[in-house]
Amino acid sequence: MIELLGIEEKTYTLNLGPQHPSTHGVLRVLLEMDGEFITKAEPVIGYGHRGHEHMAENRNYTQFLPNLGRVDYLHALAYNQCYCMAVEKLLELKVPERAEYIRVITCELNRISSHLLWFGAYLMDLGAFTPFLYCFDDRENILDLLDGLTGSRLTYCFFRFGGVPVDIDADFVAGCRAFVSRLRSRWDDYHNLVTKNVIFIHRTRDVGIITRDQCIKYGITGPNLRGSGIPYDIRKSEPYSAYPEFDFEIPIGSTGDIYDRYIVRLAEMEQSLRIIEQACNKLPEGPIMAEKVPKRIKPAVGEVYQAVETARGEFGMYIVSQGDVKPYRIKLRTPSFGNMSIFPEMAQDNLVADLVANLGSLDVVIPEIDR
Amino acid sequence: MELVAQSLGSEGARMIVGLIAVIALVSVNALFLIWMERKVAAHMQLRPGPMEVGPHGAVQTVCDAVKLMGKELITPAEVDKPIYWLAPVVIFLPVLLSFLVIPFSSTWIIKDMNVGIILILAFSTLSVLSILMAGWSSNNKYAVFGAIRSVAQNVAYEIPLLVTVMSIILMVGSFKLSDIVTAQSGVWFVAVQPLAFILYITCATAETNRAPFDIPEAESELVAGFHTEYTGMRFALFFLAEYTNMFIASAVATVLFLGGWHGPFLPGVVWFFIKVYAVIFLLMWFRWTFPRTRFDQLITLSWKILIPLAFVNLLITALVLKLR
Repeated sequence: MIELLGIEEKTYTLNLGPQHPSTHGVLRVLLEMDGEFITKAEPVIGYGHRGHEHMAENRNYTQFLPNLGRVDYLHALAYNQCYCMAVEKLLELKVPERAEYIRVITCELNRISSHLLWFGAYLMDLGAFTPFLYCFDDRENILDLLDGLTGSRLTYCFFRFGGVPVDIDADFVAGCRAFVSRLRSRWDDYHNLVTKNVIFIHRTRDVGIITRDQCIKYGITGPNLRGSGIPYDIRKSEPYSAYPEFDFEIPIGSTGDIYDRYIVRLAEMEQSLRIIEQACNKLPEGPIMAEKVPKRIKPAVGEVYQAVETARGEFGMYIVSQGDVKPYRIKLRTPSFGNMSIFPEMAQDNLVADLVANLGSLDVVIPEIDR
Repeated sequence: MELVAQSLGSEGARMIVGLIAVIALVSVNALFLIWMERKVAAHMQLRPGPMEVGPHGAVQTVCDAVKLMGKELITPAEVDKPIYWLAPVVIFLPVLLSFLVIPFSSTWIIKDMNVGIILILAFSTLSVLSILMAGWSSNNKYAVFGAIRSVAQNVAYEIPLLVTVMSIILMVGSFKLSDIVTAQSGVWFVAVQPLAFILYITCATAETNRAPFDIPEAESELVAGFHTEYTGMRFALFFLAEYTNMFIASAVATVLFLGGWHGPFLPGVVWFFIKVYAVIFLLMWFRWTFPRTRFDQLITLSWKILIPLAFVNLLITALVLKLR
């Protein structure tokens, strides 16, 4: 056809995904290529759409609880926590302190497991296979710990409105401490083998730079935002749960390239370890469930917004209650959607190899974008 | 092998017996190397690797080969059929022929040609042709990508490789592989030419498309590169060729730098294999430690660093030889 019309085709289209080893799920990117360079990248999302928001309108508050673990399966507990906190606000419940501590410990463990998975999978994108298995070896410890407590290894549904259903025991605390010291002993290996690797530095330094202005323009949150040097973390800016009681820092980068985002994520794991350590040390005694939690969750008429800091950024829930057993409307503000929106601009005029590096560095979870 | 050839008393018989031996060696060697790679990778990754079939999974690769033979050979609809069918054969034949001149010991040489090293380098260059054939005929954009990258990469790395080898040849004054080994009866050339050894290993890694230079089959970008559309035994031939190429590159490294069959106590051929597998282990170690370089950085490395270094090395060698 092109030959018939006498048009010289300078660019061509490459269809990356939805089944491609480095799109991490079902993302499809339509690339317009000029040789090895990308002139236009268009993400096609929605392959993993399950309609969580609509499901919420058709089931009661408790029945929607397991859905949250499926929105972002890598940091499921933060999503659990966000929903529980939002409903607790509607019900005006006061969560006991011990329950808040348990929530923080498990959430931070989950955050580390998510970052570890990113670390391994990202290096696999860059062609280094071995770190993946080291990370999974570390991550296995977290999964075992959380498995013993919550009964599941990935899509947790652990928190309840008003607290947590199961108390932690001395074994769990000892396990947490053992894990903290174990992961700390691993940093040297990771830094020597990966952070200081010349090939790795060449692949990530000054590649995929996101400026501060771009971050604000696209609504980027989480480690991607902090990598660009903006110290915004919901745990600090709008403290929730027991976070104000712990001493931790918000690691930030400077230039906003892939290397900075990588360093920020590694540093965040260390900060999470600090939080877990402190929480284990000052774990208060007391009940784990709020008193007078109604058997039938039926909040009064009202609206509530609750945001938490997940491993990927700000996750927000907006719940509109009309005094029914079912929520009238739930809106999920997922961080990956915002983070992904900069991707076409990042990919433009870059190599395919950098496209993979950029996409991986954003740490998007595709089902979370599709919801 | 030697005895049989002598008793038959003719050059032709020696070649035939040699080729049969080579085919046997190539098959067994590839099976062993794949098993070795899986084991090396596994132990570097805190896992045991294949354990079920045979002691420590030793028969696993044989089973894999049998499985691959039993698989359907799928030919996608829009491929350029003759080229598509020929590519796996074309990649495999030069690899076989390279074995003709490799001196496994002072007597175990099928044909000790006076242009041995040139023959090996020439045949190893041919593999890029079949990669291009495979990529182009597959009618798949990822495959074409892989093929184009492979050609660019091989052209870029052929030059420093040849220049590096030249510095050794200058020292020996012969293209004959057995002469090169004989010249190292005292000191191995790795001690005399350490820079050349490093350059050679780097280029050989790139030439055999091994990580960190495995750009043509970078799975995170190009799925499986040039052999994306191949199945069954055709895919197995590419796989076999890759591992045999690795063996040849390591064998050449052994001949050029590590003193070939020289070594105390054990017979020469044993020493030769020990050294070859040591080099192969080094290549595997690279693969399971390093991330992949980016394509443009790979080409830059060759043209801006390796080629000038190789020329400097050659000049220094020539100068020293002249002054001596």
